[in-house]
Amino acid sequence: MAEIMINVIKRFFGFIGAPVVALLRDLGMMGMFLANTVYHTVSPPFKPRLIVKQTWFVGYLSLTVILLTGAFAGMVLALQIFYTLRKFGAESMLGPAIALSLIRELGPVFAALMVTGRAGSAITAEIGIMSISEQLDALHVMALNPVRYVIVPNFVAALISFPLLTAIFDVVGIYGGYLVGVKLLGVSSGVYFGEMRNFVLMEDIRIGFYKAVAFAVIVSWICCYKGYTVGKRSGFGAQAVSKATTEAVVTSSVSILLADYIIGSFFV
Amino acid sequence: MTMDKTGVLIEIRDVRKSLKGHQVLKGVNLNVYKAEILAIIGVSGGGKSVLLKHIIRLMKPDFGTITIDGKDITVLADRQLNPIREKFGMLFQSGALFDSINVYDNVAFPLRERKKMTEEQVRKKVLAVLDDVGLSGMERKYPSEMSGGMKKRVALARAIVADPEIVFFDEPTTGLDPVRKNAIHSLIKQNHRKYGYTGLIISHEIPDIFDVADRVAMLHEGRIVFEGTPEAIMSSDIPEVKAFIHCCPAAGAK
Repeated sequence: MAEIMINVIKRFFGFIGAPVVALLRDLGMMGMFLANTVYHTVSPPFKPRLIVKQTWFVGYLSLTVILLTGAFAGMVLALQIFYTLRKFGAESMLGPAIALSLIRELGPVFAALMVTGRAGSAITAEIGIMSISEQLDALHVMALNPVRYVIVPNFVAALISFPLLTAIFDVVGIYGGYLVGVKLLGVSSGVYFGEMRNFVLMEDIRIGFYKAVAFAVIVSWICCYKGYTVGKRSGFGAQAVSKATTEAVVTSSVSILLADYIIGSFFV
Repeated sequence: MTMDKTGVLIEIRDVRKSLKGHQVLKGVNLNVYKAEILAIIGVSGGGKSVLLKHIIRLMKPDFGTITIDGKDITVLADRQLNPIREKFGMLFQSGALFDSINVYDNVAFPLRERKKMTEEQVRKKVLAVLDDVGLSGMERKYPSEMSGGMKKRVALARAIVADPEIVFFDEPTTGLDPVRKNAIHSLIKQNHRKYGYTGLIISHEIPDIFDVADRVAMLHEGRIVFEGTPEAIMSSDIPEVKAFIHCCPAAGAK
């Protein structure tokens, strides 16, 4: 009887312990991966051509989706916030409410989520396929570090693109809100922008910028890591790539919202 | 290299490796001499590719040493390893061509990244090597647009373009028709004569590979069971060797 109990307890801790140990090991490897990436980002030789190419891919090609989602986010915000503000007779605050929501929260978060879906998944799949088809090994054997050639360009591209895309998202969102609030719901144009100028501080814009930079690191880190380690953990071939891509998008999205909360809680 | 012409270039001593609880290499001992072509043969899944991955340090052994040009590469840090790897050329089993850039850029890649050459010098060299492997005029094609045999030839061009001192060929002809197979084999031979590198070939092509190789080693169940000239292996009495070489008379004819 006692033996059975001990066995049950052993199994129970094994059941809990194995995933925890695996998680810690994974986190440790991710930490080393990031440190390695940062080291190769700041040490020569630099690869400006690859960085420009990836910035074009991560940033420029994401513009359409950012413009669309930004416009609609602003328009929806105007509808929703106007509905609430009218109950208090405070329609004049529509401008600042939209601008603050976008600049502090929705801009960085939505932009990051959109880029994760569009570019992050593609990065994971591309690096994953390079990994399973031995292209990363080929770089190793040529005495070239794959991190410098494959990871760093994506990392730098994200650092450049995310803040810019966030800024564009904010501006387009504010004009989307203008379209609905001013042209449709009848708030005065002067009030919309005037009150915005009174209430939006440089501090708010800075917070949005910090978030964008933090999300750039998180997304490029997770997506590159998942691609880079395809086949090294579980599964093989095409299935491993698809699994890694899914994991990359899900983990990135959750991490974005988690980090958003953490960063936001420092600046209430 | 500091060795004389008959010296040992790569020395593998008692290398053991287990993968997922299965011991793949059970103490491999092997010498590769400078400027020779050594063929490693053996059944599929017998650990040949794993052994090769150890020599280029994509894997580290559980036990044993691998010395290249007097340095034990199993303990070197990446930075110390790079000068040795710069002497390598490698033809991967899958080709491992960079599929987002075209044939020309693939072959030019090691030159652009490793050698201080002007773009004009790179161009000359790449076109010459592509001509050597019979792929003139294919520069603008992408790897995905090519057949298996052409990819292998591009991979061969990329492996030798930077004038390596040691070239590794991981099953350079597997999956090719007899004509292509012979073409690749004679390319390797010609190239070896022209550039004088040390070659290590992993192959199943018996008996064709015996025309290419100066020496043959057979890896069987994680150990080297034979090491010697192609003539010696043909007349060997070791049961595993006999079984492997004479088991399928059609193998050479296919």
